[in-house]
Amino acid sequence: MKYQSQVVAKPYFIAAIGLFIGQIVFGLVMGLQYVMGDFLFPEIPFNVARMVHTNLLIVWLLFGFMGSSYYLVPEESETELYSPKLAIGLFWVFLVAGALTIVGYLAVPYATLAEITGNDLLPTMGREFLEQPTITKIGIVIVALGFLFNIAMTVLKGRKTAVSLVLLTGLTGLALLFLFSFYNPSNLILDKMFWWWVVHLWVEGVWELILGSILAFVLIKTTGVDREVIEKWLYVIIAMTLITGIIGTGHHYYWIGTPEYWQVLGSVFSALEPIPFFMMTVFAFNMVNKRRREHPNKAAVLWALGTAVMAFLGAGVWGFLHTLAPVNYYTHGSQITAAHGHMAFYGAYVMIVLTMISYSMPLMRGRAAANSNKSQVLEMWSFWLMTVSMVFITLFLTGAGILQVYLQRYNSDPQPFMVVQEKIELFYWMREYAGLVFLTGLVLYVASFFIGGEERAEQTV
Amino acid sequence: MSGAFTKTMARNIFIGGSAFFIFLFLALSLDTVSALPDRDHRENITDQVVLGKKVWEDNNCIGCHSLMGEGAYFAPELANVYNRFGNSKEAIKAFISSRPRDGVPGRRSMPQFNLSEEELDGVVEFLKWTSEVNDANWPPNIQG
Repeated sequence: MKYQSQVVAKPYFIAAIGLFIGQIVFGLVMGLQYVMGDFLFPEIPFNVARMVHTNLLIVWLLFGFMGSSYYLVPEESETELYSPKLAIGLFWVFLVAGALTIVGYLAVPYATLAEITGNDLLPTMGREFLEQPTITKIGIVIVALGFLFNIAMTVLKGRKTAVSLVLLTGLTGLALLFLFSFYNPSNLILDKMFWWWVVHLWVEGVWELILGSILAFVLIKTTGVDREVIEKWLYVIIAMTLITGIIGTGHHYYWIGTPEYWQVLGSVFSALEPIPFFMMTVFAFNMVNKRRREHPNKAAVLWALGTAVMAFLGAGVWGFLHTLAPVNYYTHGSQITAAHGHMAFYGAYVMIVLTMISYSMPLMRGRAAANSNKSQVLEMWSFWLMTVSMVFITLFLTGAGILQVYLQRYNSDPQPFMVVQEKIELFYWMREYAGLVFLTGLVLYVASFFIGGEERAEQTV
Repeated sequence: MSGAFTKTMARNIFIGGSAFFIFLFLALSLDTVSALPDRDHRENITDQVVLGKKVWEDNNCIGCHSLMGEGAYFAPELANVYNRFGNSKEAIKAFISSRPRDGVPGRRSMPQFNLSEEELDGVVEFLKWTSEVNDANWPPNIQG
């Protein structure tokens, strides 16, 4: 750690990991509800568990992005953070707002939550992933603006690198696009169309800029490859991301009342969306192969390579699987979508945050370069357990999805939704078991933080 | 990447490419918005439909169901539920209002939302309106 103020990232990462645990617990609850329909009913109905699962994911990833930025930007800018106090203050605002929202989801019926938080005044609730009370959304905007201000001022007063500028571009896009969550017209079709400006343009747009710059930063630090080379790759990757991903939004405009030309545009451009992810994989492996130093933090390098591979598989390959309009006509809104969602979010965003945590946390805890070998071995076990179980979760959901699509939509005698759900139960059980393995991996991950000692500073090869 | 291809060139491709596609996307979005009235039949969005969408949101229906394929996959697709229930508003209302408070042992069950008659009418009108949107013939069949 080169600058004292980088340490503000630490509480952000701790909160992120804490919420991650909550996310996985509720994921297991939902997984069980898929096969034991009355589990926790009516206390925690499926919709509540799902809301907690997805919202915790979003919030902890945002904690992760913010922590990553607070760590990365001072080092890239070669200056202390503009205001560490603001960063700590916003941390508590965000944590309390997030916790209160989750408590609200669990403590009262959603309709009551909508009523007491004044959803009638400015209705924004009850839409997938944007379920937060309007007042929470306003809180998110305030936190995002304060955070952006802090980061931008730091970048402005220091050295400007491609890594920090791309990160800042991504974060600005994240904040601006979130404003569309306040647009909720009574016309469902318009609502849906612009809802995607938040959801798609986040995860298949600006978030990939954040992902790219964090990955570039960790690769610069761990491989010692020339910054010029890495930054050139970064620009090419994010150029391809936006060139394919913006019009790629069209793959969500096939069946929601929008014109048919989106079927052509969406198919063509979203079919190209795997390209930047493939480039990211080639990039990460190339840089590690050309490394000019052996960084003692092997776990961080593993996470970085894992991110590149899993993002390509989850977002790239599993996205392509159902993105062409004639295929999507049958697979839209099925377990295939769920399969893709799980591996894409894990591979791209969960793993990049864990990469950054893996790289920076030992340094923030006062170690010269890395955790002890023993700690790293445990962390790498957790990497493999979580990653392999996520592959299996994805495969089981894909199996469930293929059968669902065939039985309910494709064959000559289509069967009702619930009949089909019972027939594919086996796959849901298998998914739940894989989820338990994931939880085991997560427990080991947390445990790895409690193993002391450190590895000596890096050696040059 | 060869030496002839510099970081500045890569950056320019990023800026130029993004700017072009953002502009194209905005133009296409404008065209889509102007094409929508013929497809979504907004002239049929009555006060009841507006109320129905509000009830739909306030009870987080999307947390279990999908609507036009978007949402959760725990409960049936509802864009065509009006047709699936034989174009019967009463049947849909009866289904919603008869959900057992404590669920069904061992099975998935929709919660009892205690909707008023007015809210029930709104939800049904909202679902009927949704079923009439021109959505390129999705879902593929009546089962959703």
